[in-house]
Amino acid sequence: MIEAVGLTKRYGPTLAVDDLSFTVRPGVVTGFLGPNGAGKSTTMRLILGLDRPTSGVVRIDGKTYHELDRPLRTVGALLDAKWVHPNRSAYAHLLWMARSNGLPKRRVQEVLDLVGLTAAAKRRAGAYSLGMSQRLGIASALLGDPQVLLFDEPVNGLDPEGIVWIRTFMQSLAAQGRTVLVSSHLLSEMAVTAEELVVIGRGRLITQCTTAEFIERSSAATVFVRSPQLSKLEPALAEKGFTVETDGEGLKVSGASTEEVGDVAAAVGAVVHELTAKRASLEQAFMALTEDAVEYQTGHDVVTEGA
Amino acid sequence: MALLAVERIKLFSTRSPWWCMLLALGLTLGFTGLIVANAGGVFVLSVATTQVAYNFGLMVIMVMAALAITTEYRFGTIRATFQAVPKRTAVLVSKTVVVALLAGVVGEIIAFGCWGLSRLIKPDASLAIQTADDWRNVAGVGLVYVVGAILALGVGLLIRQTAGAVAVILVWSLLVESLVGLIPTVGVKIQAWLPFNVASHFLHGDQQLVAGGQGASGIHYQMGVWVSMLYFAGVAVALLAAGIVAANVRDA
Ligand SMILES: Nc1ncnc2c1ncn2[C@@H]1O[C@H](COP(=O)(O)OP(=O)(O)OP(=O)(O)O)[C@@H](O)[C@H]1O
Ligand SMILES: [Mg+2]
Repeated sequence: MIEAVGLTKRYGPTLAVDDLSFTVRPGVVTGFLGPNGAGKSTTMRLILGLDRPTSGVVRIDGKTYHELDRPLRTVGALLDAKWVHPNRSAYAHLLWMARSNGLPKRRVQEVLDLVGLTAAAKRRAGAYSLGMSQRLGIASALLGDPQVLLFDEPVNGLDPEGIVWIRTFMQSLAAQGRTVLVSSHLLSEMAVTAEELVVIGRGRLITQCTTAEFIERSSAATVFVRSPQLSKLEPALAEKGFTVETDGEGLKVSGASTEEVGDVAAAVGAVVHELTAKRASLEQAFMALTEDAVEYQTGHDVVTEGA
Repeated sequence: MALLAVERIKLFSTRSPWWCMLLALGLTLGFTGLIVANAGGVFVLSVATTQVAYNFGLMVIMVMAALAITTEYRFGTIRATFQAVPKRTAVLVSKTVVVALLAGVVGEIIAFGCWGLSRLIKPDASLAIQTADDWRNVAGVGLVYVVGAILALGVGLLIRQTAGAVAVILVWSLLVESLVGLIPTVGVKIQAWLPFNVASHFLHGDQQLVAGGQGASGIHYQMGVWVSMLYFAGVAVALLAAGIVAANVRDA
């Protein structure tokens, strides 16, 4: 269980994380979703006590990170697979980490086997491919057999095989009853990985809910209807309480089903040439939700801080 | 204890410390060999003169010590370290102990190696280590390396970047401390208080390395040899302490 309360982090003029509160439950994969620069990595560094919060606090099972004794046994994290000395072997890297938390040498071999890195363990980590580096990162996260796991964009740059491997891996960790928080800037990725979502933008919490709920809520259905008799159809639909918008030769009707629109058309005797249900894509829905919260908008003036 | 093991594994699982140690040994032994082989005339061979190359090794060892911390920042392993052990002071003190111990061992090997090499080259010279001064001349080199390593770690912690830290260490110890002497009147007075000058005063005292030379470069030291050592160590520990405080206050 991870609990953030009023977490705030300021880097000079940049407010990276702004009064952020959320909880991450055990047993499910929780997606930490936000556009680039939203403050996901910063929040994860705050959870691990690497950066000092400007204000607020984050606790893991009721304790701050600094209060944890042998923290690798409680929290495992993969924030950046490159946090390894390029001239050190994977084995030596895991060995010093194990020693620092009083874990037996045997455990190093176990996690190497677990991520399938045994054969390459004695090679220098600088020569690893991205996928291998990521596996090493996961091995170090699992070293202390922790109940809480943090992954920062773990599938970034991986091939489809690697993506599926990591996704299944995270889900199996959650199924074992662990707390798993994984960040991403892609809703489509989270839709197939996470059950819960914490959505942030510009350092602020946008919402915390289940993934299904988020998708349902954000991708509200619209119906497109094309008719030569729009003048009849439009007032009738508006009268029914639907939001109607002209779109070329047709109308975009929000909050209605195709059945409802068809019924209205029949009732007023309007000819219908096309009747389609349109769902906003996940990405569009996400963008609509986080629009005000995107730090770098193209084609707009730079949004001033603290507005 | 576990933290010492951690830092030992980290230090020896990359190649750069090995290269630095080899380089330090090669430079000092090679230079000493050349000096001793060509000694004669005004250059009288003594126990102290077998150690004139100590500065080469000291520079290399200080670079090694600075690298031990700056590469951790460079590659992000400092974050992995503080994630594994959030008690930063304990981590950094352990690192200092391991690096300083290694520097001391290398320093003694270099010191006695250079002395032994000199005896081999010039078996007839009176190079027996007898007086307390002789012992300090030779064994003191290891001590200076220990303190130099601590100082370099402090600088590395404060600056964090390899290029910056190494530049500061080398430019300070090789250039600034001698060039200050160019300032009229006050220059030499200031020099008497600069840490690396003081360290060399600890090793050599008021002995003249070259007979008929201009003495110990005209600097009049205000401290005795052992107080000089304490002063040098004080500067190093102060820098290290500042570095550790900075590491605790700043984001990793
Ligand atoms: N150490 C730092 N110093 C200064 N600014 C920082 C620092 N770390 C992050 N920031 C700023 O804080 C904001 C949030 O950055 P962060 O890396 O947490 O975002 P993110 O959600 O992880 O983005 P991405 O999806 O691109 O990884 C950005 O504006 C970033 O420039
Ligand atoms: Mg990030």
